[in-house]
Amino acid sequence: MLSFQESLGKFTVTCEVGPLKGCDVSEIIEIAEVLKGKVHAANVTDQQSSVLRLGSMVTCHILKSNGLEPVLQVTGRDRNRIAIQSDLLSAAALGINNVLALTGDYQTHGDHPEAKGVFDLDSVNFLATLSTLNSGKDLAGKELTGVPNFCGGAVVNPGAAKEAAYQLQLIKMEKKAAVGAKFFQTQAVYDLKAFEQFMNDTAHIGVPILAGVIPLKSAGMARYMNKNVPGVSVPDIYIERMAQAEDKRREGMKITAELIRGLKDLCQGVHVMAIGTEKDVPEILADSGVL
Amino acid sequence: MILSETKPFAEILTSLENDDKVFLLGCKGCAEASKTGGLQQVKEMKEKLEAEGKEVTGSTAVDFLCQKALVRSRLTPLKEKVLAADSVLVMSCGIGVQASAASISRVCRPACNTIPLGDSRGEWPSRERCRECGDCVLDFTGGICPLTKCSKSLLNGACGGASDGRCEVTPEKPCGWELIYYRLKGLGQLDRLKVYIQPKNFAKMEIPENVIPSTLYDIEFTEDGRAK
Ligand code: SF4
Ligand code: SF4
Repeated sequence: MLSFQESLGKFTVTCEVGPLKGCDVSEIIEIAEVLKGKVHAANVTDQQSSVLRLGSMVTCHILKSNGLEPVLQVTGRDRNRIAIQSDLLSAAALGINNVLALTGDYQTHGDHPEAKGVFDLDSVNFLATLSTLNSGKDLAGKELTGVPNFCGGAVVNPGAAKEAAYQLQLIKMEKKAAVGAKFFQTQAVYDLKAFEQFMNDTAHIGVPILAGVIPLKSAGMARYMNKNVPGVSVPDIYIERMAQAEDKRREGMKITAELIRGLKDLCQGVHVMAIGTEKDVPEILADSGVL
Repeated sequence: MILSETKPFAEILTSLENDDKVFLLGCKGCAEASKTGGLQQVKEMKEKLEAEGKEVTGSTAVDFLCQKALVRSRLTPLKEKVLAADSVLVMSCGIGVQASAASISRVCRPACNTIPLGDSRGEWPSRERCRECGDCVLDFTGGICPLTKCSKSLLNGACGGASDGRCEVTPEKPCGWELIYYRLKGLGQLDRLKVYIQPKNFAKMEIPENVIPSTLYDIEFTEDGRAK
């Protein structure tokens, strides 16, 4: 299996691992066991949705020790530029070099809504910081001992419905690429036609794009996402299939595999976000023909 | 104008737990406009405290509690009543409480919470806000401040969470970056959005000590012995 960085530009397959709330890591070790050799890398989310969990870096370290290459997700919500740089150097010292730079969900949406948000660096500043560290210096221009080799990536929401939201995404993508983003992972894609349009609109950027897919668990989940997750629109046909299906889990996996088959010729990879059902990923990938 | 709201009465009672005698001090400025510290609210507070068995040694409302010279001159005739109290319950914004505490040799307790108005405003009411960041980026954002109009104060574009033009953090308000987009589009200046903006220099947001007295009224200069 290629390493994550070697796979970029060919067809990269990544998935997502969400740390649990607490310090029991047995589940993470099991997930690593199931996924290793099946995906190029697994993203580890960073206090996703502003809900407190086990840290992303230590989870990455455990995945790596168990044979699964990690992508460290880091948000700017909980860290200022000193903490961000220090965490990045710590990651490099552990041999964790793939980093997904995120602004972060707002803290009031999580389970500690009273927390103080930081947002010292936005995601573009953050990517620029990765490039600065790669040049052997910190943001203050001071020399580092040892030069890291980060492969920084970013997210993009290709389904933004309104003109302004969509154009703002494209412009920000260009900015992210200009300061050194090496890959993009997208919000969940269900509408291949709209996604094809997005790929055409961003062809000039020339950075590999990994399309996000989320296995549906029920028709209700699809309707919920349509209503509440900006940029996600699950077509009625899938909602109908989920509603009819007896084995919802299987149907959701089947739809995901179909989507991946369709995405294979459109972009440079897929990012399977199966939070809570990580162990289904190998079967989905096998069914879609990318494994 | 500074906006305040009265603390829950239970919280006020807890803060007065060990004070049997209380002097009530209101403010006829912003606190009266906020309906938290005008004469009417002072009167109501007096009744409520007396119903709880407290002795109110006296009460008044000063024109502007934020002006220490006024606090002192207005309270001089009431000195005995103030000093007879275990504490002074100040019904105003946080500045009024601080100015009172700096002027009165009795414990001053806050009866109100000061409500955020979202950074500095102009002298006339308006929706524009400035965080006084010390390094203005309005040139890149069509004259709309990303620090105050974007809930995450993002400098380099939208977070992607806006839904139907509404901010993901505060759906009651429009996404600041979409406002910036449309403003720049109208001006034919969308290219401005491609300029990379460096992280803010927060050191520039520290308040220089020497500007603090210069923002006070003349009378306060004299009081502080810092007349120009
Ligand atoms: S960019 Fe800074 S100085 Fe300019 S309006 Fe916004 S907060 Fe004020
Ligand atoms: S939705 Fe718009 S205003 Fe709200 S945090 Fe995101 S970019 Fe800022």
